[in-house]
Amino acid sequence: MHIPFFSKTPEPPEFYKQYAAQFASKSLPELEEARFVVFDTETTGTNAREDRMLSIGALELKGNKISLSSSFELYVKQEVFNEEAVAIHGILRENRKYKKVSEEEAVKAFLEFIGDAILVGHHVGFDIGIINYALKRLGAPKLKNKFTDTGVLYKRTVHLVNITDPNKVYTLDDLCEELNIAKTDRHKAMGDAYITALAFLKVMSKLKTNKKLKLKQILLN
Amino acid sequence: MKNTIAERVADFLKRYPPFQFLAADSLLQIAAQVQVLYFEKDKAIFKEKDTNHSMFYVVKDGAVRVFRTVDNQPKIADICDEGDIFGLRPLITKEDYELSASANEESIIYGIPIDLFLPIALAHKEVSNFLIASFASNVSDPYSLEESGKLFTEYSVERNSEIFDLQKARYSKNILTCSPDTTIKVAAKKMSHRDVGSIVVTHEEKPVGIITNRDLRDRIATGDFDISDSVDKIMSKPVKCFQKDPTVAQAQLIMLKNEVNHLCITEDGTPDTKLLGLITEHDIVVSFANNPVVLLKEVKLAKRTKRLRDVRLKVSRLLKKYLDQNLPVSQILNILNEINYAIAVRALELSLLKMETPPPCKFAWLALGSQGRKEQLLFTDQDNAIVFDNVPEEEYEATQAYFIKLARITTRAMHKVGYAYCPADMMASNHRWCQSLSEWKKQYHIWITDPSPETQLLSAIFFDYSYVFGDTQLVTKLSDSILDTLDANPMFYRVMAKDAIRSPSPLGFFRQFLVEEGGDHKDFFDIKARALMPLIDAARVLSLNHKLRNINNTAGRFERLAELEQNNKEIYENCSYAFKALLKFRTKQGILHDDSGRFIELATLSKAEKLKLKRCFKSIHDIQELLTLRYNLK
Repeated sequence: MHIPFFSKTPEPPEFYKQYAAQFASKSLPELEEARFVVFDTETTGTNAREDRMLSIGALELKGNKISLSSSFELYVKQEVFNEEAVAIHGILRENRKYKKVSEEEAVKAFLEFIGDAILVGHHVGFDIGIINYALKRLGAPKLKNKFTDTGVLYKRTVHLVNITDPNKVYTLDDLCEELNIAKTDRHKAMGDAYITALAFLKVMSKLKTNKKLKLKQILLN
Repeated sequence: MKNTIAERVADFLKRYPPFQFLAADSLLQIAAQVQVLYFEKDKAIFKEKDTNHSMFYVVKDGAVRVFRTVDNQPKIADICDEGDIFGLRPLITKEDYELSASANEESIIYGIPIDLFLPIALAHKEVSNFLIASFASNVSDPYSLEESGKLFTEYSVERNSEIFDLQKARYSKNILTCSPDTTIKVAAKKMSHRDVGSIVVTHEEKPVGIITNRDLRDRIATGDFDISDSVDKIMSKPVKCFQKDPTVAQAQLIMLKNEVNHLCITEDGTPDTKLLGLITEHDIVVSFANNPVVLLKEVKLAKRTKRLRDVRLKVSRLLKKYLDQNLPVSQILNILNEINYAIAVRALELSLLKMETPPPCKFAWLALGSQGRKEQLLFTDQDNAIVFDNVPEEEYEATQAYFIKLARITTRAMHKVGYAYCPADMMASNHRWCQSLSEWKKQYHIWITDPSPETQLLSAIFFDYSYVFGDTQLVTKLSDSILDTLDANPMFYRVMAKDAIRSPSPLGFFRQFLVEEGGDHKDFFDIKARALMPLIDAARVLSLNHKLRNINNTAGRFERLAELEQNNKEIYENCSYAFKALLKFRTKQGILHDDSGRFIELATLSKAEKLKLKRCFKSIHDIQELLTLRYNLK
């Protein structure tokens, strides 16, 4: 029942309705059939509330396959600027090398690209937070996708004997080192997304050897 | 839209033919449509008679084996490495796959859609020429090159011996030479520097004579000539020459007829034309492959990890042959371990060359677990550790970092050769297993004096180590310290003995086999945990108690124990026999099913095999009784 008096949230914008409509089906697909989107954002800083996205890189992954033909890479115009972060991601405020779009355009395009896919990222909570705050600025609710995190999944594969510090947080660099992945284009959204995708495939193969793995077991929400 | 990854893919592809012939924009167009595929070791990419995938493949990382199934046995046609193309021919001929392809190790592969590639390829003359040339070239195994699209192949693993004699002999093209007026001393130095047994004396690039180790022995060491004389005084001349591309059979015949061990290859086969190469008797013997002496030699001369892998593949076949011939297991173990050991040593030597500086102090490389016990028949995981000399505290970190780096390079090389990484990371590249002598002593002291569940887990691996490479003194000191600590803590023997009787007898009350009750291997018999491990554990604790050194393999340990304890001689001898029988059993099962052979499906065993297994279990029962009594475990 819809009671206007209690409904605090305003009607979401049209683009969000279209996106949300894709989540009608409740059953999870088989692991091999599931569509994953591995993504990463470069931002002006490390605070999801204050900082803004500068670029998004995302790749589609199904089974053991990454299709470069459906990939997503955008650079975003931002007023918020942080000099310190430039040293990490190397994205300048004014750069003519790549065309930039507005945050609104970027978020709309991103939602269209991900659809109801399962999101994968390294410390993905932050990247999802960044997108969610951008959605909020557009008057839209949060992302509805299922997600999983390569940092958390990797930790499950480390042999008990070798866990010296149970609270250790594995960085993407740690994973590259341990899983033998070349660190090209590190700290570019697309480069990190690709590295994360390879890490995801490798970690999944390690997890799969132990038992019959179900999609549900790797999801974090 | 900009696509960073497609640019990287293009950067990779442009290093290899035929992509190198393409213009940057066409290449980028192709790269943007690439599919990146990940395959675990041994996962199939495509199988014979599958309909083609409408894309062909390029190996990005790892290696892929392409093979045909003949009489249910895989026959390897080729192994594709980084940058190699495979699976292209069926796309062009529009047929199903004639060969199968599987990941030979963990691999990342690019899939390129043919519909996109073909029009671009046909528009570039170089690309189509390359493709035609690759399909048309003729080699020992016609399938391999057609399938892989390579012009030359380093691997042609399986050879048919009839056509083999007609094969081109392999010879070195990079020949050590000197002029006739060189002094013998300089020539000998050159030979020793390059570590070769011969030097060709040339005049205007034409071979005039040759000096071999034998000449140095017969003419210099005897004092007949002086080392300051010029080489033309002692060289053998004229040299036997032959034209380009002799077959193995031809080369061998000429050598036999002329009683020489070296043959020069010249442009027209006479000594009056330019020198092109040199065939030695060794080259010929190596072509005849599969005998252990040759394999060992090949390992020692290997300059690249690839060649070690080649040897490894041959070793697997050697093992199968030996088992078919029913040779005694102890003998097979000896031979295989010599080769495994040599491969490890060579891999380390090669890795040391890759390090920028020599090691900062003495160190030793240890093999652990089954490798340490020298019981490795099938290729299993690598378990290894480094112990280095004690260094001042301020240098410790840097020293450890150096050895970890060395270990990383080495374990990676070993991985390429075919020894899988240890899933529990018990490798010298883990800082816990790369420590100084005193740190190791401390570690063992903790394990022995304060046994925890972790110790139980690790002792099986770390109390069976053997020296592989480096400084032997360090290992002796470590062993001394461990034996002393054990002496002071006899309780530890009890802990170990308890561990050894933990797995109950493999037979149930009704003399039926106890099988696994759950998991992936439900209803399979776990021969490792239930039969081999109890024997291994028992042998370890008893021989540590007797302070037996330098005998690590279980069968050997039991034999030695039988000599020491006359009253239990029979039990020990039976155990030794049982262990060898079980190991052979496991190995045969492993070869049959192409896995570690650990889990046995009882339904596939014959009655006789089951009986034989059961006879072995009697010894397990006896040795467990002995341990229970001796260490008061009841």
